[in-house]
Amino acid sequence: MSWIEAIFNILVNPLFYQMALLSATPLIFASIGGTFSEKTGVTNIALEGIMLMGAFISIVFTYLTGNPWIGILMAVVVGVGFTWFHAWASIRWCADQIVSGTALNIIALGLTAFLMKPIFGNEGRTDFIGRVQNVKLEFLKDVPFIGDIFYDLSPFVYLALISVLFSWILFYRTPLGLRMAAVGENPEAADTLGINVFGTRYFGVLTGSIFASLGGAFLSVGELGSFGENMIHGRGFIALAAMILGNWNPVGALLASLLFGAAEAMNLQLQSSSIISVPNTVKPLFNMLPFIITLIVVGGFVGKSRSPAADGAPYEKKA
Amino acid sequence: MESNMKENIDYSSYAVVMKDIVKQFPSVLANDKVNFFVKKGAIHALVGENGAGKSTLMNQLYGLYSPNSGEIYINGEKCKIKGPKDAIKYGIGMVHQHFMLIDNQTVYENVVLGLEPKKGVFLNRKKAKKEVKNLSEKYGLQVDIDSKIEDISVGMQQRVEILKILYRGADILIFDEPTAVLTPQETDELFEVMKLLQARGKTIIFITHKLYEVMAITEKVTVMRLGKVTGEIDTKDTNPKQLATMMVGREVLLRVEKDAPKLGKKILSVSNLWVKDNRRLNAVKGVNLEIKAGEILGIAGVAGNGQTEFVEAITGLRKAEDGKIILNGIDITNFSPLQIREQGITHIPEDRIKRGLIEEYPVYYNMILGKHEEKPFSENGFLNSRFITDYSTKLVEKYDVRPRNINMLAGNLSGGNQQKMVVARELDNTPSQPKMAVISQPTRGLDIGAIEYIHKTIISMRDKGIGILLISMELDEIFSLSDRIIVFFEGETIGEVTPDEITREEIGLMMAGSKNVFHSTERGESDETK
Ligand SMILES: Nc1ncnc2c1ncn2[C@@H]1O[C@H](COP(=O)(O)OP(=O)(O)O)[C@@H](O)[C@H]1O
Ligand SMILES: [Mg+2]
Repeated sequence: MSWIEAIFNILVNPLFYQMALLSATPLIFASIGGTFSEKTGVTNIALEGIMLMGAFISIVFTYLTGNPWIGILMAVVVGVGFTWFHAWASIRWCADQIVSGTALNIIALGLTAFLMKPIFGNEGRTDFIGRVQNVKLEFLKDVPFIGDIFYDLSPFVYLALISVLFSWILFYRTPLGLRMAAVGENPEAADTLGINVFGTRYFGVLTGSIFASLGGAFLSVGELGSFGENMIHGRGFIALAAMILGNWNPVGALLASLLFGAAEAMNLQLQSSSIISVPNTVKPLFNMLPFIITLIVVGGFVGKSRSPAADGAPYEKKA
Repeated sequence: MESNMKENIDYSSYAVVMKDIVKQFPSVLANDKVNFFVKKGAIHALVGENGAGKSTLMNQLYGLYSPNSGEIYINGEKCKIKGPKDAIKYGIGMVHQHFMLIDNQTVYENVVLGLEPKKGVFLNRKKAKKEVKNLSEKYGLQVDIDSKIEDISVGMQQRVEILKILYRGADILIFDEPTAVLTPQETDELFEVMKLLQARGKTIIFITHKLYEVMAITEKVTVMRLGKVTGEIDTKDTNPKQLATMMVGREVLLRVEKDAPKLGKKILSVSNLWVKDNRRLNAVKGVNLEIKAGEILGIAGVAGNGQTEFVEAITGLRKAEDGKIILNGIDITNFSPLQIREQGITHIPEDRIKRGLIEEYPVYYNMILGKHEEKPFSENGFLNSRFITDYSTKLVEKYDVRPRNINMLAGNLSGGNQQKMVVARELDNTPSQPKMAVISQPTRGLDIGAIEYIHKTIISMRDKGIGILLISMELDEIFSLSDRIIVFFEGETIGEVTPDEITREEIGLMMAGSKNVFHSTERGESDETK
């Protein structure tokens, strides 16, 4: 009984919805990043690593310049450069995309951990460095419930929603979007129509990395204001699941991200609920909630979504 | 480069001139100084066996490959074609042997892809649809412009391919084996379109293996063999036999020779068989038939009249809703495919890629698929590699699978050699000789050399006393192989005839549903009420 009461209490509290939105934000960015890449036929399992780099670089440059926006800009620049290795290996050299993506994840983890000491002087987690100011929507200030959710939010949240809109328009309303889908579906056919397969794939992977980097930057300079080792904590992989569940459609990715965000928020709220007490020994199990939902959802729905036919398949040009 | 004596020859009456084209692949010389001339406004056939180098030659014209040496003139002008973009610019369009379509996009999206009408930075879907619609009306190419490619028939997909190149304003149209995937009816429709295109001033290069198609629609033929041109001739001055000889390099039997069948005892009997299709509609409606040892029973019919479902029911791939299938006195109705195999029915499926082989496996594994758990291929749960290697080496030799390399992946063999591999596996008598063979579309997409070979093999299996059920959309094949012919129409057998008591035209009428052409077999009277 107390469980139902606890859950009910959470659901009527606007804080839950705000937390869900905030938890979803990095997933939205990263799942859109993944969609960009996979739409053109390049699997991107490196989202996790790219996000970690984004989180790290944005903090580093905020630390150096004092301006979190410069940090974000640099996160995007470095993120694109970093992802270029994956793009180059998989497009130019037809490397196994899982291997090169995994390599990026490992490099990001090692590199950021290693650089913490020389740059910040301490390991594990940095001090508070700085964060982007929240946007306050004054007109919502006194609106009940809605105002409690939306009055005071990070600009990243809005940026994420704009990204969804932007990519949806790009994918479904422009010639470039049609071509990206063609390249991811049947690169040979695209080639015979004079479409630049390699160029389109680079565009997809690298543009995707911009979004993934932003997702990472949100977690550091958008939210906490500091960087911690391995702070992405599997969100890159949950974003992959959101991309799949969303059927490689940005709006689908948004909805899937919100679902995972809600699971995360529910988990946090239950753990701090005053009605029930979750014993410390069980908390790690609760933390698995988003992953378990991911498994169930992906297991149950993957059959119904349809990946780009040439996803993960390198394209070799003829002689 | 040495100066060429013919430099100043006027090529302006030719749409295409390819001179001394050489294309060397790492392992084969695919084009060996090929000369290819196509007059403006002609329908020009390019024929040759699989692997002769036809597609390679055309891929160079379309800019997908670049020649090692040689010259290309389009409408009399020398040009360098570096990629499809250049080819499109010169007014060349190609319908590829394997369709180049985006399955999950719509017809009109496929047509405009790469050359999309725009409104600002946006895709102008309205204009795209309108242009595609106009084009399809202008050339009589009926398509449903809003359907996705994956939902339309092969014949319609081909029309999309043609629209694609017309949309780009092509005047020189290359059709690479367009009829290999079509039913005879769709082929006739394609020919109508080709004639219309010719009337509108287009030049057409038409690649095919089927000699009667060459005779039916072209004005000139160029024949290739082993990378070289072996002849160019006006169609009216030649005949299928001569062309076949030029293609294969020896005389070919266009119709296999066979003796009268030596009939044995009854092997298979099917009574009142009912089968449903994927949409759960009745596809086979109370079919009765019998096959004796040592005879070939041919099933003729327009595609989609229940033949596929019939075969699938007999081979255990689809459930029989009602009726009995008896093999040598054993009721095998709704046995599993493996059990049916064990009873001695072997199956050459109509779709060799999907059901006949595994493209990612080497030839030696493909040679034992389905028998791999039996002795001597495996013992005590382990594959007997030594035996498998020896066995498949022998089979590759015996059934003339080229190249003779059992380590090659099946997906890299040409269609004809894939089929020979499947035939070898299904008709070979290790570990035991099959009692009956169900053979569907055995020569689809194959060249005449391979067809001759497979036909001979089928006849020799018959003469060993195997009962054979042959399903084919090629009337010629049914006619030359079968001892008896049964015609399927809308899931029923509409009549039984022998090849020498009926003409092609008469059987064509029966396939269209006319029962009174000849005597019909006694069928259960109207049994529609299922
Ligand atoms: N991309 C390629 N790489 C290597 N060999 C090839 C390639 N394409 C074709 N070939 C070889 O070139 C020869 C001619 O092939 P092709 O032009 O496809 O013949 P056709 O179209 O007349 O059946 C064959 O031996 C084939 O195996
Ligand atoms: Mg070919």
